[in-house]
Amino acid sequence: MDITSDTHSQHISRQFNQELEELKTHLMAMGGLVEQQIQEAVSALLDGDSRLAERVRDNDKAVNDMQLKIDDECTRVLARRQPAASDLRLVLAVIRATSDLERIGDEASKIARNALALIESSQNAKGMVEVRHISEHVRKMLRDALTAFARFDIELALEVVREDDSVDSEYASAMRSLMTFMMEDPRSISSVLSVMWILRALERIGDHADNLAEYVVYLVKGLDIRHVDPEKLDEAAIKRQD
Amino acid sequence: MSRAMSETLLSRAAGETRSAIIEIPAAQGCLEIDDLSLRYGEQPALRGLSLRVPRHSVTAFIGPSGCGKSTLLRVLNRLHDLNDEVTQSGRVLLEGEDIHGPGVAVAQLRRRVGMVFQTPNPFPMSIYENVAFGLRLQAPLKKRRRDEIIEWALVSAALWDEVKDRLHDSAWTLSGGQQQRLVIARTLAVQPEVLLLDEPASALDPISSLKIEELIRNLKSRLSVILVTHNMQQAARVSDYTAFLEGGELVEYAATDDLFTNPRLTRTEDYITGRMS
Repeated sequence: MDITSDTHSQHISRQFNQELEELKTHLMAMGGLVEQQIQEAVSALLDGDSRLAERVRDNDKAVNDMQLKIDDECTRVLARRQPAASDLRLVLAVIRATSDLERIGDEASKIARNALALIESSQNAKGMVEVRHISEHVRKMLRDALTAFARFDIELALEVVREDDSVDSEYASAMRSLMTFMMEDPRSISSVLSVMWILRALERIGDHADNLAEYVVYLVKGLDIRHVDPEKLDEAAIKRQD
Repeated sequence: MSRAMSETLLSRAAGETRSAIIEIPAAQGCLEIDDLSLRYGEQPALRGLSLRVPRHSVTAFIGPSGCGKSTLLRVLNRLHDLNDEVTQSGRVLLEGEDIHGPGVAVAQLRRRVGMVFQTPNPFPMSIYENVAFGLRLQAPLKKRRRDEIIEWALVSAALWDEVKDRLHDSAWTLSGGQQQRLVIARTLAVQPEVLLLDEPASALDPISSLKIEELIRNLKSRLSVILVTHNMQQAARVSDYTAFLEGGELVEYAATDDLFTNPRLTRTEDYITGRMS
């Protein structure tokens, strides 16, 4: 059976409805904060704004605290309600999602730290075009994954899963051109390495967004598509699954 | 637990059907229920149920009050035989043999298919005599052999250690949970092939309930257990397969792992998650 975003608000126990609703709301709030962290980390880098980079770095604690809070709420629901079926899948998906969001938060603060190093070295860093491009791409993936979670939207989730492959190839090609820069100009190695770390962090964010999208498929369809090769993923079959 | 992405599972047609019933291979089935319907007077209680209960496993029947789960359990033990109000059609096969067949004596069927009810009902006699009761109705046994069987039954029912020094005390001196395990021992003593349990733990405290659940899991190595329960967590904890009944119909029958994580039908989902339907 398919579930919708209303499914979790039809229990006889209104308190239970509210608890599940809060899990979703808090997850979305955490997602929003993490999205903002990425956006600010990348802006700090592109605009050379060290203050903003420091703020992102220091804000990571807020992301961690949200993970603890949501995990705590999930534990309480499991202990008190013994959820089954789609309720159980919601709680599990939220627990998994908070862990990915927290890792995305870590990556954002990694970007901020490398941005600070680059700003301090005041070198004219290469690869900013690629950073801008890939960061926009993964931010869209994350936004779509969160929207898919909020709306229980399988189509959108599968789109995110597909997108991850193109981020991976963009990342690989950016790495190749940065490698060439390093060979051509060894003095740039230190700054190019920082940019590579940043690109690596962005690529990882794409992977985490991909994970989030996979949890949406699990939540809505009860199918676990982690570790399934995207090329072998039969999307029509997933959508058909009752 | 999620289902694997196998071709067969994914090739299912879309749209909500009326029922989703797992097919247990004939070779694994101990009981087969085939198009069973039952009416109390004009009131239908079971409507064309068909399912196969696998051997050496625990199968739970769940569903709201009045869904027919206890009625179904009673059919399996022919407890409706003397009720003139009841009209029944369809077949129930125990190891391939029709339990309503002309050659099947009710007493013999009830030895092979034992039943335990919600409220413990030990007979007003000693612990030992309670367990010996069924044995005494059968062919005479040497006392030594009978003692062995009684010890075995009490050990199997996880009661032996608590009663071995007072076998000749009245069964009424036992606690509710102990009485229920005594009744199970009494049923086991005649070595049934199927054990029917109708809400066996609902009158017990949580610790006694857990002991009964542990006992149920241990028993399945030697017989097949069918459990009727209102307690969904209990069904989820102890059973291998779960059948969800509603309004006298079998709605969904599946491996318990699947039914409680990803039921196929909305009716099942609504019931097990406590939603208004």
